[in-house]
Amino acid sequence: MAAVSPLLETRNLSRSFGGLKAVSDVNFTLEVGEIRAVIGPNGAGKTTFVSLVSGRLAPSSGAVLFEGDDITRLPAFKRVRLGIAYTFQITSIYGNLTVAENVALAAHQPGAKSSLEYLERVGLAGRAAQIAGTLAYGHQRLLEVAMGLALRPKLLILDEPTQGLSDSEITNFIELVRTLSKTATVLLIEHNMPVVMELAHRITVLDRGQILAEGAPEDIRANRAVQNAYLGTADA
Amino acid sequence: MFLHLAVIAALFLAQFAASEYIVLMLTRIMVLAIFAIGYNLLFGYTGLLSLGHAMFFATGLYAAALGTTLMGLTVPAAFAFAVLAGLAVSLVMGVITLRASGVAFMIVTLMFSQAAFLTVLYFGEYTRGDEGIVIPDTIRKFAFLGFDVDLANAVLRYNLALAFLGCAIAFSLLIVRSRIGHILIAIRENETRTSMLGYDVQRYKLAAFVMSGTLSAFSGACYALMFAYAGSTLASIQYSIHPLLWTLLGGASTVLGPVLGTGLMFVLVDLASSYTNANLLMIGVVLILLVLFFPKGILGTIRERYWKWLP
Repeated sequence: MAAVSPLLETRNLSRSFGGLKAVSDVNFTLEVGEIRAVIGPNGAGKTTFVSLVSGRLAPSSGAVLFEGDDITRLPAFKRVRLGIAYTFQITSIYGNLTVAENVALAAHQPGAKSSLEYLERVGLAGRAAQIAGTLAYGHQRLLEVAMGLALRPKLLILDEPTQGLSDSEITNFIELVRTLSKTATVLLIEHNMPVVMELAHRITVLDRGQILAEGAPEDIRANRAVQNAYLGTADA
Repeated sequence: MFLHLAVIAALFLAQFAASEYIVLMLTRIMVLAIFAIGYNLLFGYTGLLSLGHAMFFATGLYAAALGTTLMGLTVPAAFAFAVLAGLAVSLVMGVITLRASGVAFMIVTLMFSQAAFLTVLYFGEYTRGDEGIVIPDTIRKFAFLGFDVDLANAVLRYNLALAFLGCAIAFSLLIVRSRIGHILIAIRENETRTSMLGYDVQRYKLAAFVMSGTLSAFSGACYALMFAYAGSTLASIQYSIHPLLWTLLGGASTVLGPVLGTGLMFVLVDLASSYTNANLLMIGVVLILLVLFFPKGILGTIRERYWKWLP
């Protein structure tokens, strides 16, 4: 039997902006069913890295493989169709359309009213008819996740999903990610360490565009190099 | 739907009450409203502001005029030829100009349209420049499906224009309510998001561009064949700005807005010119007032405040 290929793999993936190497020779693998957190100080290249995976940016060099197929040259919209969903760091919904139409568009059934199940899963079903731009910020984040779900992704990339949420909203959100990880692999970029420690099976630490460390949450917590990167100690 | 039928019915009845002058004016309004409807598909629904739609109007105009006078086409064949020419030109232009977006898109469309205008002048031997081509009445009399048609007949011309306008409104409604219409609105509202939901945004934009350009060309063909004239003024920048103003006045991204806007603008110009020579100044003032107080146009404002169901 052939070895099962990982869901996502990057090989020597790099991207520079001018002289700055935002992502540099990253070799990364993600197995099916995982919840993986990517953490790192500001400017470590986290968002650039997931932009390369989702196809919003083209790499300077290296390759991206999804389910064993090379997708490096594939435009973003085709990657979405393969099952890579990206939820935006800065909320990006259709502010002038209804909540239901937002999700219907994500489910590729624009104009249809059959997308309520996704709204139910994030707890927004009661607001289906509301204009999305009038939702409270926390609810807009949830709508963003509902749209990600409606894409029925194999890989769901959440870019700082808890940013701007209240503590109680964060508690609900952790539960939500647990449920949705039963149907999709989750790649989570997150600053909030309690959320990361609670959710992640494994953690990848990026620093200055490179993988600094990778491992289970408790190993990362104990890792000297990671502490240095975050705290800026001289011997890093 | 009911409202749209009511508008068509009202226009049908108008011919029995109106003077000869008003009938001619309404014919002209209806033909140019088709142009505005085409423009609105791209501008109102897809959110792409073209400053070069004169080139599509002129494509239909000259395809019809040159087709009948130089190539010996019958009027129905000239209509078909104009639509095909509009399709081809908008497809090629779409592929080129849609590589740009935002202000760059406006400038590139403007530039190509000006190039088209200069091309019309350059081939003055055939197009007769701003003097224009006059289509002889003998060509405008023809037999179609067993009927004798004479486009110089004002009543027949009025009803033909009305039928074409009805088709354009129906087409616009159909598109707006279909799957593609919803996706075009999604692109207008948030292009990046739409692409990240797995839609091939470029392809949908091109589809909107081609539909818009082809409808504009059809309007141009109607204009040439019904009013027996094709001159270079109709290819100038004015005719790129007109559909934008008509659409803005009536209400962008409403199906009837462009029709209302075209009509109102004609009435305004007509009223203004009976009082003063500075009629363009009056139009300018009206537009400034509109942009300040009704930025969504007349029907857009009505939809926002009262009739939320208005397509």
